[in-house]
Amino acid sequence: MNRTSRRKVLSGVVVFLCAAAVVVALVPLFFVFAYVIQKGFSSLSWDFFTKMPKPVGESGGGMANAIVGSLILIGIASAIAVPVGVIAGVYVSEYGKRRFASLVRFTADVLNGVPSIVIGIFAYGLAVLPVKHFSALAGGLALGFMMIPIITRTTEELLNLVPGILREGALALGATRARAAFSVMVPAALPGIMTGILVALARISGETAPLLFTAFNNRFFTTSLNQPIASLPVQVFTYAIAPYEEWHQQAWAGALVLVAMIFLFSVLARVVTRRLERMHRT
Amino acid sequence: MTKTPSPRRSADDRGFRLVTGFFALLVVLLVAGIFVELFRTSQLSIQKFGFHFWVTKVWDPVAGQFGAFPFIWGTLYSSLLAMLISTPIALGIAIFLTELSPRVLRTPLTFLTELLAAIPSIVYGLWGIFVLVPLVRQLQVHTPEWMRKIPLFSGPPLGVGMGAAALILSVMVIPFTSSVAREVLKAVPNTQREAAYALGATRWEAIQAALRFGRTGIIGAVILGLGRAIGETMAVTMVIGNSPRVSASLFAPQYTMAAVIANEFTEADTDLYLNALIEIGLVLFIITLVINAVSRLLIWSVTREASVKPAKTASPAVSAAPGVAA
Repeated sequence: MNRTSRRKVLSGVVVFLCAAAVVVALVPLFFVFAYVIQKGFSSLSWDFFTKMPKPVGESGGGMANAIVGSLILIGIASAIAVPVGVIAGVYVSEYGKRRFASLVRFTADVLNGVPSIVIGIFAYGLAVLPVKHFSALAGGLALGFMMIPIITRTTEELLNLVPGILREGALALGATRARAAFSVMVPAALPGIMTGILVALARISGETAPLLFTAFNNRFFTTSLNQPIASLPVQVFTYAIAPYEEWHQQAWAGALVLVAMIFLFSVLARVVTRRLERMHRT
Repeated sequence: MTKTPSPRRSADDRGFRLVTGFFALLVVLLVAGIFVELFRTSQLSIQKFGFHFWVTKVWDPVAGQFGAFPFIWGTLYSSLLAMLISTPIALGIAIFLTELSPRVLRTPLTFLTELLAAIPSIVYGLWGIFVLVPLVRQLQVHTPEWMRKIPLFSGPPLGVGMGAAALILSVMVIPFTSSVAREVLKAVPNTQREAAYALGATRWEAIQAALRFGRTGIIGAVILGLGRAIGETMAVTMVIGNSPRVSASLFAPQYTMAAVIANEFTEADTDLYLNALIEIGLVLFIITLVINAVSRLLIWSVTREASVKPAKTASPAVSAAPGVAA
């Protein structure tokens, strides 16, 4: 074989390997989804959403308390993270060239890579240690901390997509920068900011590690923010590592509901972005 | 006009900058706060054990003996194995999707590979316990006798252990590395490839030219993946076997830093025990902080230059791997 055909063969082999890499990555994706859907659906029922957990050995029951708990935790997290994340994002976008804005951008990216379990310890130190008991508030705080950098970065990116002419127009009419930002720029980027929030929600709604020792778990139904509270991910974890077959089935059902929830958030995010793109094309 | 604003307006503008700046400052304070809080609440352990904490192998909460070496080992070993498996696959995906894929396949395949990042850790863990671990056990049972004499494959076939953990970690890391590597390759100017082709390069040689141009960013992508692997908690906790020992064997149940925190934090019955766990968290925080900072700087050094001129492609925020878009 001469040099040229050797190079061509090598090139062909590499192209093949790259295509194979995609297939190799899609195999586990397919199997995870196949199992979650098949096992999840076979143990999912109306009771799962409306009933409380049954004691060991009794079949049936559901995760009503954990589903409500998860929603409460997500609510607390959003209440903390949305204002902070969006306003911080407005700052970084408006004053993007300043040193401090670069620092914030950089910190947000780095914060995004901090393991969720570490954020959990932080929330534990802030909200559990001083009062000496676990609470929904502590769990929501931990999830909120995780949402902030995601919202900050997407808000900034989306605000940067809004044509600068809009801001200049507002300023030329005598608007203050605050006016220009919050009455012109933010509304123009609103669907995009919604996207950022939804992406952040998709990211945190399956988080388990930071809840283990902040929100903890609760066998009972509660809506109190000052008490330990059950959540879907923690309940799935508890059931998965327990040695009972009924609990394993409940865990699969829980996993299915979690994945469906995340899927819903992601699809919503996509729909909202489509709208934004169409808005700016016209 | 902006040179001579009315005093009132310029005061308003300063107020706007300070108020929004305060919220931006919160983001920075959050990182500083984590460090201070973790440092403060791990003092007992830091003062009692000092540096020995990190080289001692004994972890015996009942006797009040705390040495974190097995966890450091487990975290580093599992992450290293995961990087060995995931890096070639992730780079292959990135190359395929930016350089080779037919146009119709590009969007769906990108979506699917990034979907891997949307599955929560706990679901990977659940799947790991009930599907992957039995599979690994079968593999271990059928390992030929001569191979089991090698330390890498020694020990009883339990299923749970380092091998299962490394496998599940690599699946979880792939989308992060590949998505950033894709961004980097997209940022490489086309002139690089065209120049290579003009010199008579084959496809692979042109790709190599692009890879070489973006190599800092590619390294950044790989390091970012490493950061993810080191901090990954739930899935690893569920399949690694949770046994604090130092072994090179893929069959052996071991433990990681994140896993020991997840498992034992609520069981810590003494202050010293709790402080020791928080100290592990502190070091985990510092390691991932450094790794992420380095990888970000490397990635930015490539994508920044490129993002100055060409128009951005649509929907930068909506990737299924949130926050990894550089």
